[in-house]
Amino acid sequence: MNRIDQAFESDKKDILNVYFTAGYPELDDTVRIARALESAGADMIEIGIPFSDPVADGPTIQESSTKALKNGMNLKLLMKQLEELREQVTIPVLLMGYINPILQYGFEAFCKDCERVGVDGLILPDMPLYEYEELYQEVLEQHGLYNIFLISPQTLEDRIRKIDELSNGFVYMVSSSSITGAKGDISAEQVNYFNRVNSMGLKNKRLIGFGISNRETFVEASKYADGAIIGSAFIKLLSENASDNNIKKFIQEIKGVS
Amino acid sequence: MSMQESKYQVSQKGYYGKFGGAYIPEMLYPNVEELRENYLQIINEPSFQAQFRSLLKDYVGRPTPLYFATRLSEKFGAKIYLKREDLCHTGAHKVNNTVGQILLARALGKKKIIAETGAGQHGVATATVCALMGMDCVVYMGEIDMARQKPNVERMKILGAQVIPATSGSKTLKDATNEAMRHWINNPADTHYIIGSVVGPHPYPDMVARFQSVISEEIKAQLLEKEQKTDPDFIFACVGGGSNAAGAYYHYLDKEDVKLIAVEASGLGNESGKSAATTALGKEGVLHGSRTLLMQTSDGQVVEPYSISAGLDYPGIGPFHANLFDSGRARFVGITDEEAMNAGLLLSRLEGIIPAVESAHAFAALSKVDLGKDKIVVVNLSGRGDKDLETYIKWGKY
Ligand SMILES: Cc1ncc(COP(=O)(O)O)c(C=O)c1O
Repeated sequence: MNRIDQAFESDKKDILNVYFTAGYPELDDTVRIARALESAGADMIEIGIPFSDPVADGPTIQESSTKALKNGMNLKLLMKQLEELREQVTIPVLLMGYINPILQYGFEAFCKDCERVGVDGLILPDMPLYEYEELYQEVLEQHGLYNIFLISPQTLEDRIRKIDELSNGFVYMVSSSSITGAKGDISAEQVNYFNRVNSMGLKNKRLIGFGISNRETFVEASKYADGAIIGSAFIKLLSENASDNNIKKFIQEIKGVS
Repeated sequence: MSMQESKYQVSQKGYYGKFGGAYIPEMLYPNVEELRENYLQIINEPSFQAQFRSLLKDYVGRPTPLYFATRLSEKFGAKIYLKREDLCHTGAHKVNNTVGQILLARALGKKKIIAETGAGQHGVATATVCALMGMDCVVYMGEIDMARQKPNVERMKILGAQVIPATSGSKTLKDATNEAMRHWINNPADTHYIIGSVVGPHPYPDMVARFQSVISEEIKAQLLEKEQKTDPDFIFACVGGGSNAAGAYYHYLDKEDVKLIAVEASGLGNESGKSAATTALGKEGVLHGSRTLLMQTSDGQVVEPYSISAGLDYPGIGPFHANLFDSGRARFVGITDEEAMNAGLLLSRLEGIIPAVESAHAFAALSKVDLGKDKIVVVNLSGRGDKDLETYIKWGKY
């Protein structure tokens, strides 16, 4: 069974999925931060593959990508770092990345290596549905990888159904029409959108991401989904102090553990 | 023309051969899909065409002349015609596209316009039509380009546009494009993004090519009058993203006897590490929403290109051109800074026309191709050199 399903099937409520950029703040931090997140209580991890032109990301994640690339991160090196992943981390791990570096690596080689190092799923924000079905779905499935698509408040019902059909594990509900790092409380309009999606009877679980930054927004978002995803706020924390202790404090506060 | 009568035109799925598509995050999908669903119908409406044609004629100043360049022809032993896009309002072909897109934006009920710009020519052309239509205009421009192209920044501001520096990444055109896409993600409802070349997700490359196709439509009629035939032997055009070239080639794509020469910027030379010659140095990849040829590292990070001309300083080419290259339909020629500047000075002295440095690249390629005697050659003179005076002055040697 894919670890992502296991995470949802355990009686944990409110899954906390945390995003960070590979090779940030230091080149060798990738697996250390994954391990620190697990021991602090995160339920799922998304590791971002840095890219020079991340159009869906706000300044915080962009800057972390730029820094990671400067540090010398690349996809080959990331795969090498991840060879230790499963000695240290048991929770589900997803890779999130723009498609170009993956195409240069070779899509099939990439999926094969993901399987080998114990990655459970992929989030490829600029992967179109049509190309996915035509060219990539079979390869992912052969290597036991789940593919998670995004939906936004503007995504129409038919398309949400199609995305649900093509996703495994969960559907990534982007909380508002925005790039990553947007801030603010959850509005009535967003609640309507969450409720609308929840009433559709989708086959997949749902996590809410973008703009989740603290305990309050995490709890609020989790009312309307199976949990939530924190990205920019965690990257900000790492930029200030990336110690295991600081990570622990941050995660426990969000989870309401004292 | 209906879709895909030609293997060089876009397919129903948005592809030119294996290039193209719409590789965009879901948050952009509704905007791009709205365009895709509507653009052909809107463009083909008689009322749209009437407005578009009328503005091209009375506002842009079309048809632009097809000028027989006597002294240049003597020098090369061919019959060389210049398609005078430099005489368009605002000084380059870019305005053909912005006039078309702003009419389309209005037909879609959009209230605000965003654009990216490198040299500032597309930014100026966008700010111009926004002033004309009374629409809000935001132009993203790399911080480094803003410093290099001050006069165009001021032109945009005079025209009422807000110019926002792109401070991420390498702070040039590709980053300005990223910022414009981010702005569009954050403002999906009332905003239209006017992309400045035949790049971006489907339907942009096809839409921009259609608006620019007026160039080859006019060449056909003008050659018929001057040479009693519609087809030249060669068409030369420079390629940054590829919009002026797409316009100049458009109606000749299926006439395989018409040789298409696409000229890219080799900067200080393709081996120097300072070049923008995408077909020479690039590999297949995905940037700004389309699968195309792209200058990148072995890890798939986009490489910052270099050319003396800001308008050719882009790390990719549109999928339209990637397919022309891949299929062998167009021949790609690389021209260095030095060759381009020399050609710009040559044209100034032989014909009394100072070309944009981008367009000078197309002229420099005349000496790289065996033209044969008395062949009919059209060079697309995509823009005038006014914006590049400082570059010419710095270059000196005149
Ligand atoms: C005069 C001129 N020619 C050519 C270009 C390159 O663009 P494209 O390849 O889209 O024609 C530019 C871009 O700024 C330009 O200003």
